[in-house]
Amino acid sequence: MSTDLNDKTPRVVEHYVDPEPFNPAVTEDMTEEQERFYQASQWKIMWWKFRRHKIAVWSGVVLILFYMCVPFAEVIAPYGANTRDSQFLYAPPQPIHLFHEGRLVGPFVYGMTSEVDMETLQWVFEDNTDEVQKIRFFCTSAPYEFWGLFDASFHLFCPAEGGTLFLLGTDRLGRDQFSGLVYGARLSLTVGLVGVTISIVLGLFFGGIAGYFGGIMDSAIQRMIEILRSLPELPLWMALSAALPVTWSPVWIYFGLTIILGLLDWPGLARAVRSKLLSLREEEYAKAAVLLGAKPKRVITRHLLPGFTSHIIASATLSIPSMILGETALSYLNLGLRRPAVSWGVLLNEAQNISVVTVYPWLMAPVIPIIIVVLAFNFLGDGLRDAADPYK
Amino acid sequence: MLYYIFRRILMMVPTLLVISFLTFLIVELPAGDYISNQIAALKSAGESSSVAKLEFLRHEFSLDRPFFERYLIWVGLWPGPHGLDGLIQGNWGWSFEFDKPVEEVVGPTLPLTIVLNFATILFVYVVSFPIGIFSATRQYSWGDYGFTFLGYFGLATPNFLLALILLYLFNRWFGLSVGGLMDPQYIDQPWSPEKAMSVLAHLIVPTIVIGTSGTAAMIRRLRANLLDELHKQYVTTGRAKGLKERNLLVKYPLRMAINPFIADIGNLIPSMVSGSVIVSVVMSLPTVGPVLVSALQSQDQFLSGFILLFVAILTLVGMLISDLLLAVLDPRIRLGGRAGT
Repeated sequence: MSTDLNDKTPRVVEHYVDPEPFNPAVTEDMTEEQERFYQASQWKIMWWKFRRHKIAVWSGVVLILFYMCVPFAEVIAPYGANTRDSQFLYAPPQPIHLFHEGRLVGPFVYGMTSEVDMETLQWVFEDNTDEVQKIRFFCTSAPYEFWGLFDASFHLFCPAEGGTLFLLGTDRLGRDQFSGLVYGARLSLTVGLVGVTISIVLGLFFGGIAGYFGGIMDSAIQRMIEILRSLPELPLWMALSAALPVTWSPVWIYFGLTIILGLLDWPGLARAVRSKLLSLREEEYAKAAVLLGAKPKRVITRHLLPGFTSHIIASATLSIPSMILGETALSYLNLGLRRPAVSWGVLLNEAQNISVVTVYPWLMAPVIPIIIVVLAFNFLGDGLRDAADPYK
Repeated sequence: MLYYIFRRILMMVPTLLVISFLTFLIVELPAGDYISNQIAALKSAGESSSVAKLEFLRHEFSLDRPFFERYLIWVGLWPGPHGLDGLIQGNWGWSFEFDKPVEEVVGPTLPLTIVLNFATILFVYVVSFPIGIFSATRQYSWGDYGFTFLGYFGLATPNFLLALILLYLFNRWFGLSVGGLMDPQYIDQPWSPEKAMSVLAHLIVPTIVIGTSGTAAMIRRLRANLLDELHKQYVTTGRAKGLKERNLLVKYPLRMAINPFIADIGNLIPSMVSGSVIVSVVMSLPTVGPVLVSALQSQDQFLSGFILLFVAILTLVGMLISDLLLAVLDPRIRLGGRAGT
């Protein structure tokens, strides 16, 4: 240390000049990634954010698979929804096997022998392990009318010639449960979509009026929303659908049901729309539009709506499951759809008597897709809601 | 406080009127009425002798009057064939299906409906409160993850399907009838401690089934509220000053977090009452639920109208209680207008 202090030779500080030209905006420069982020559209950013929510993405995939049943029910189901097989009443599910006596055969089911147990007067089914019925793929079997347009008989998979393929068993009249589920998806899954559309239209209308005009309109609509929200939904749904005339065809009953489901669901959406509108109305760009003489309709649709479309989609997704459940509950109670219309609730109707269910548990099968779909919609809605505000 | 209660109850009156009108409108929606349908059936069967009697009944229950008059007579604001005799005067109407006054049909089911709903709300409070606090104070622990996971499933599993599944499993494993209100041997027996215990035991499953989704929602809500508060500076200050963790939690952040918690339970009540109706049908509990379904199916209008109204009033009373609780806890609501939520 002391040597340093006594060192009298002057130190030369090296002069350093950066040969690069000076960029005054150096601190504001963005990395490529940031640039991409700031230039992306709102929807793109939402997509990025949504993709990070793994469970939501997978739920979306599951839902897409389920929704494939809507257009292609006839092709996916091996039997018709109301086809009866009087030989197989209350037949149990046929498990799919791969190996027969130690060697690979490919997916097949064993044939079933049926006989009546004279003591309990029940049909008893037993696997006949000699009879291997190979499942056929991309095949033709039971004919159907595709979309009611033309006749066809192509199926994704079908039972062996002269054999049976009851993946989830049959019901009281020998109708295949699996085919019932596939056809039922058509009504059960769309009931929520149509209902939500109705609820969005009503919610936008009332919420838009309340939020934009304020004043007496606002408080009147607010009171209405409060009253509707304080009513228990299901009993009202039950009463309304009991009011649908029995003489109506299934198609009309279906549309009546969707309207009923949408009719009681809009208050929640309207409230969200209103509060969002109230805050967006105060934004500068909205004020500017008003000052420039734009009419209320234009201000609402062109300037305010795009600001909260994403929120509406997210909250609408979250109300679809309750509608699906509503339909299921109503049909289960005989107050909604009835045969020949097939929905998951209609199928579940067979499971109303618990002592029957204890003997034939496969009648509960519709419970599984319902729970999966409801869960998936909940996760998807959660993911969408998080993504709806991408700048957070 | 008294003033607040008074004002809050007064506010219910117009709501009740609107609800009763809506109910009546919905119940009257189907074309015709119970008696005119019977008349049509009798006429098509060629029997005209009893038609006169039914016509008399139609007049007796003033079914031949215009809609608004019928509504006012039903409520008891307009003189019917027997003067003012409606809901307000304590006449709940006549059930055509059972050929008895509505009072006698639903009377026995009302106490159980109230008890079941009350038990469910209590269950939601009692279960979600400690779990919510636990989840918030031990964030990201195994317990927290476990409860969050359970909560997701509880939230998404529809309660009447859950009832169906439980009913099946119990029947399968224990050979136990979960449905009904008491063990079969106590039916038509005088009340005894054993019978009361049996009723209580049978209440457990439906209460859990109806309360699950509500509990899951409340756990999530309380956890989020409490987490927001726990990260505020006053908590750090309190900790720096040496407050015990327990006192700190109970005295400050919990008090802040509990307000939205109670307000939210009020919002959950309609869906819980809804749930209790359908779960009762599935588990064949003697509440108003099964009666409502059969009344709707046979178009027994006064019976279903009364039950709908009763269920709505039950909801309103539940919300009233939760509002009053909120007022007790939060002086801002008691003294001023409504607290911004």
